Amino acid sequence: MSVHSLHAFLRPQALPTVFCPGCGNGLVAGAILRALARAQVDLKKAVFVAGIGCAAWIPSPHFLADSLHVAHGRAIPTALGIKLRRPELQVIVVGGDGDIAGIGGNHLLHAARRNADLLVIMVNNLVYAMTGGQVGPTTPHGLPTSTTPYGNPEYPLDVAGVVAAAGANYVARWTTAHLGPLEQSLLKALGQEGFRFVEVVSPCPARVGGRLAMAPVEAMKWLQAHSKPLGQAGPEEIALGEYVERTRPGLLRALQRVVHG
Amino acid sequence: MSSKVRRFWSGNIAVAEGALAAGVDFYAGYPITPSSEIMEHMARELPKRGGVFLQAEDEIAAIFMLIGASWADARAMTATSGPGFSLMQEGLGMAVMTETPLLVVDVMRVGPGTGQASKAAQGDLMQARWGRHGDQILPVFAPSSVQDCFELTVLAVNTAEKLRTPVVLLSDELLAHTWETVQVPAEVERVERRRPQGNEPPFGSPEPRLPPPMPRLGDGHALLVTGSTHDPWGMRQTSDAQTHRALVERLWQKIWLNRTELSRYEAVGVEEAEVGIVAYGSVGRSALAARKLLAGNVRVGVVVLKTVWPLPEEPIVALAEQARAILVPELSLGQLLWDVERIVAGRCPVLHFSKVGGGLPIYPEELAEKLREVAG
Repeated sequence: MSVHSLHAFLRPQALPTVFCPGCGNGLVAGAILRALARAQVDLKKAVFVAGIGCAAWIPSPHFLADSLHVAHGRAIPTALGIKLRRPELQVIVVGGDGDIAGIGGNHLLHAARRNADLLVIMVNNLVYAMTGGQVGPTTPHGLPTSTTPYGNPEYPLDVAGVVAAAGANYVARWTTAHLGPLEQSLLKALGQEGFRFVEVVSPCPARVGGRLAMAPVEAMKWLQAHSKPLGQAGPEEIALGEYVERTRPGLLRALQRVVHG
Repeated sequence: MSSKVRRFWSGNIAVAEGALAAGVDFYAGYPITPSSEIMEHMARELPKRGGVFLQAEDEIAAIFMLIGASWADARAMTATSGPGFSLMQEGLGMAVMTETPLLVVDVMRVGPGTGQASKAAQGDLMQARWGRHGDQILPVFAPSSVQDCFELTVLAVNTAEKLRTPVVLLSDELLAHTWETVQVPAEVERVERRRPQGNEPPFGSPEPRLPPPMPRLGDGHALLVTGSTHDPWGMRQTSDAQTHRALVERLWQKIWLNRTELSRYEAVGVEEAEVGIVAYGSVGRSALAARKLLAGNVRVGVVVLKTVWPLPEEPIVALAEQARAILVPELSLGQLLWDVERIVAGRCPVLHFSKVGGGLPIYPEELAEKLREVAG
């Protein structure tokens, strides 16, 4: 029997996944694992931290590595606690837009400001999917959701832009229709220090696609058609690319400097 | 003979020094009075000793940093006061469910809301026990002197490690800013965390009194740590009733079955008591002083509780069987009162002496007057 090359990275008893047919999470999981394999990260020395939401389930329980599945929004401070105590571990946060930029928004902002030595991967499916498709901080203006049945009256947060402004060393945004550059960004981010943030816009066939009567394949086409490179994207489009790439010392080195000069 | 050194410390400094003596090497916190000196002391001391100090963006972040650090093998603590303690309940519940050792010090001030900032109170007793959603218990200790602040912090850190649980130390503003001489031993006990031997599950234990061993991140266990209901290996089981019941019962029993070992109190004059007092925290000091004021006139039995959850019931029962009545003084509208009424169970009348607001202590003189009245 042939086995997928990434099978060794997955926890057998967690398979098959519980993700909905057409969900982008599988594509994101694949990109993360391929980047880890290419970067030759020893999964025994990697820790995944996740909060609550569909994307949080990507690493926990699927990845065959240490993982902490904590309260909604609190993955980043948990991850920082680990990294500060065990700097040699590769600490990676995977979460959704509601988890990371909504309820965990304050932690995200300050982790970026501190340039905390973490890689945060935010899967942006535009809504709170696990709880039924409610409006979130990244929901496009006008989109109907289960709590904005007449369309979203508010405007979405440009999370990647905010994180770049807050002081992160590396920020990029892609979609699940742009897996090559996504994997490349993750690979690059794995090799850097400081705060690294990769946003992936991802389809939710159940909570967004379902409401819009948009089949998963149509959602992928929509992502392709509505994405433009950073600087060329209009306000209604998804801006793709690397927002920032800095080499400032990460929090760990900054703390070392303060104590040891 | 004595290898102890004398130090002149405030309650807050004694808490920080007790934590350092017990091996605390990770502190994350958010500023709030009347607890700030603990954080400032740790900010100075921890980096010098190879420990980690970080000021968090809020109390929620602070306690989750502790959870992460603890799984990365740190002895982790934070200190806060009422409003911050409320925010930390989320993380405390998570720490109970994931069996994460850590210490939260709550230096009580007047509430609810922002109350009267930094004025002493004892309104968080029930919150320390029951502040989380769901079925859970955790150990709560309450110092009554600056010496206690040191010793009970050591005990709290060791209890967290031994029982793999979050522990709360309930101080109050009066104690936090009282300066006293402390006898500091050259060395204190440090309970080492138990590591898994062979194929022991990280979230299951055949013996309910004993917590499961705690693996360390980065050791190749492919650990699953989750705040959701889980089986002994950490796999989420979010619909099976039996798995949930087995888990929460074990978490509860882990504390409850060790209650005698956790029990700390000071009982004075119980055997010949005409009247009794049950108190904790800074009020316990006033109770002992009131007893002295009445020496030769009224025989007063005093129980000062140092473990306030699970509660030592035996000394309260013993006092109730001897005394004509028991007085419960507290800086609250009545929380310890409920405990004492439940434990006394009609053996004698239980009277309340309540003072709230303004940060005023309960003075020994006013307690003595009340006791004289009760004694008749």
